[in-house]
Amino acid sequence: MNFWKILKDYFWVVIFAVFLLGSLSLGFDPGKQIYSNFSQFILEMASFLPIMFLLIGLFDVWVPREGIERHIGQESGLLGAFWVILLATLQAGPLYSAFPVAYILSKKGASVRNIFIYLGTFSCMKIPLLTFEIGFLGLKFSLLRTLFSLPVFFIIGVLMEKYLGKEYKVKLAKL
Amino acid sequence: MLILTLAAIVCIALSFAVDRKKTYQGCLKGIRMFLDILPTLLLVLALVSIFLYLVPGKFLTDILGAKSGPLGILIAALLGSISLIPAFVAYPLARIFLNRGIPPMTVAVFITTLMMVGILTLPLEIKFFGKKAAIMRNLLSFFGALIIGLLMGIFL
Repeated sequence: MNFWKILKDYFWVVIFAVFLLGSLSLGFDPGKQIYSNFSQFILEMASFLPIMFLLIGLFDVWVPREGIERHIGQESGLLGAFWVILLATLQAGPLYSAFPVAYILSKKGASVRNIFIYLGTFSCMKIPLLTFEIGFLGLKFSLLRTLFSLPVFFIIGVLMEKYLGKEYKVKLAKL
Repeated sequence: MLILTLAAIVCIALSFAVDRKKTYQGCLKGIRMFLDILPTLLLVLALVSIFLYLVPGKFLTDILGAKSGPLGILIAALLGSISLIPAFVAYPLARIFLNRGIPPMTVAVFITTLMMVGILTLPLEIKFFGKKAAIMRNLLSFFGALIIGLLMGIFL
């Protein structure tokens, strides 16, 4: 890690920061509103993502591969799908917070199909989100959506496995 | 979030009590992963903040209200795919859509694509899944969301 490498990684972020600082000091209104959006997202992200990464790191060193592989791996069948769906519905947060979990599950031997079933259910069947949805759009809306979503996620999971192959692994690509 | 924080503290404390070295390794791994994605994550959040400024809720209501039928549904699907609107904004917005007389099918398609497809978060998704998998997941999810939304519209 040298200075230039870091600067290259953060190039656009630095430009954005300069834009925000400039807007705030010059009183440029669009910039101020973008700043208020941005700070809201940063707070949301900072409230759980660093902690989640610590837990994922611990998960990585403690949880043996065999256990994960047996329960949600290649041979796990419908029960495996049930476990990843349960895991997804109990979580909260935006879709991007599911990516690191998918990474660690994949590393520990989860099947490609289950990884994408997990991502699908995470994207729209989280229980905290559902309560909120029922409040605004009604029980019927949420129920119908959940009902039709499940088979779609299954199909997407199967298709992704076909497309990527069973050996595919989620991995953190270096920039 | 409080529950997560408490759970994390308990986990780290337990882990530390059992094996200090392993705990240290695990935490270091987690921090390194976080730092790895941080530039991409900040970039995505910046894009989303700019997007939310450029496309306020009123604009969405106007656009979806003006077009009905298949074209309205297609516009809803495209808007839903590009947008990344947090749930606490999206649901009240969807309520407003319905109150304004926008058909339930269009609203359903907007909500499903919003949740399942993420064009703005694509840079982050590519970082984990690679270009091939990330693009394919979004494509399949786009059609999946469209089907779910259409089916819901029939019953709503």
